[in-house]
Amino acid sequence: MRKVFDQELEKLGTDLVKMCGLAENAIENMNEAFKDQNKTLAKEVIENDRLINDMERTIESRAFNLTLRQQPIASDLRNITTALKVVTDLERIGDQAAEICELLLYMDGEHATYRTVEHIPTMAKKTRIMVHEAIDAFIKQDLTAAKMVVKMDDEVDALFNEVKMEIVEIMKQSNEDIDTCISFLMIAKYLEKIGDHAVNTCEWLEFRETGAVNNKRII
Amino acid sequence: MSNKIETTNLDLYYGEKHALKGVNLNIVEHAITAFIGPSGCGKSTYLKTLNRMNDYVDGVKITGQILLDGEDIYDSKVDTTVLRKKVGMVFQQPNPFPMSIYDNIAYGPRIHGIKNKKKLDEIVETSLKNAALFDEVADRLHTSALGLSGGQQQRLCIARCLAVEPDVILLDEPTSALDPISTLKIEELLMELKDRYTISIVTHNMQQASRIADYTAFFLVGEMVEYGETKELFSFPKDKRTEDYITGRFG
Repeated sequence: MRKVFDQELEKLGTDLVKMCGLAENAIENMNEAFKDQNKTLAKEVIENDRLINDMERTIESRAFNLTLRQQPIASDLRNITTALKVVTDLERIGDQAAEICELLLYMDGEHATYRTVEHIPTMAKKTRIMVHEAIDAFIKQDLTAAKMVVKMDDEVDALFNEVKMEIVEIMKQSNEDIDTCISFLMIAKYLEKIGDHAVNTCEWLEFRETGAVNNKRII
Repeated sequence: MSNKIETTNLDLYYGEKHALKGVNLNIVEHAITAFIGPSGCGKSTYLKTLNRMNDYVDGVKITGQILLDGEDIYDSKVDTTVLRKKVGMVFQQPNPFPMSIYDNIAYGPRIHGIKNKKKLDEIVETSLKNAALFDEVADRLHTSALGLSGGQQQRLCIARCLAVEPDVILLDEPTSALDPISTLKIEELLMELKDRYTISIVTHNMQQASRIADYTAFFLVGEMVEYGETKELFSFPKDKRTEDYITGRFG
């Protein structure tokens, strides 16, 4: 029964795993590029963002066609709508990694390093872990692991506030580094948003498995 | 929300065949309840027990209880003609009588003793209006019902059913022989009628059940596997057999 439908669903699932891999790579490479001031790697992240965008369109197209031709219900409907929703978060993760890399390209490596703002390395590390864990939970359908990711977001939000205060202090002490400070503030904001998208990924996992988001049934 | 019909431990045998197995199911008043399931699962058999249409089948044996408004419909004192006036039925194939549109509608009321022409005129007009057919046939009430399209014939059958003022309307795959537009008209009609009647429908069309039914029951090999609000049953069925059937994994 339903051989074609199952084959199409499998293709959708495979593409989604590929897209997860691309988004995770973007975050890993962005972190490396930032830490090592590696502009070549930063450029690679920017260029590869196109692959993530293309994969988003491929998955959307598959999901729309499945909806049109198969009129999915029950778990099929949740699988397909989850794919449609989660690709937006994965695409944004890729975009924000690329945006950070754009900033890295124009930062002066002598004055602006990974450790210029004390809490940024911790923030970068935590968001990298969040994305990794969120994607791992999503693929393994692990709701317990997903809950841990949601908890980590509070730490990232708190770190963002620390970074803000730190940057304000640096700016108060000297006018010379204002451009750098603004870049770091933007990087911190992008990292904070990446954490939010990791949380959303976990919420779409919850929806796929339970029909609820944050314990509230939406289907 | 109150129950119009309450079924308890209903078993039905056609000779040796155990066609319904311990069915417990309530039908909510002023709502549409759909019965779904693969062919031979017992959904039509169950529908027919609700106005005792199975009484005509040779070798049928029924145990358990069906209460309509709290009264046991299988009690020996029950007059099945009165029961079937209260619980009307519409079948898969439109089956107008070979007579005029008017006489098709007036047939039931006449049998139940209404002779007054003015009263019959009123019943015919109201029933056709309630079945969303009057505007299409107002100028040809005295022509043969067999000249109507399939969709019109089925709405005529619904109008004929309404003419004897039932409480419950049973429909056995009423749109399976109709085109999509006629199907949509019947579906719209049923959704309008549910405010005044209790409606139960057997359908093979899963989209139809999800479009129009407030509640859905899934039958499999004589067993009522799962019953619930339609939205819940089609989005998050509790039983794996329901999930497998509605998603087309078997059936």
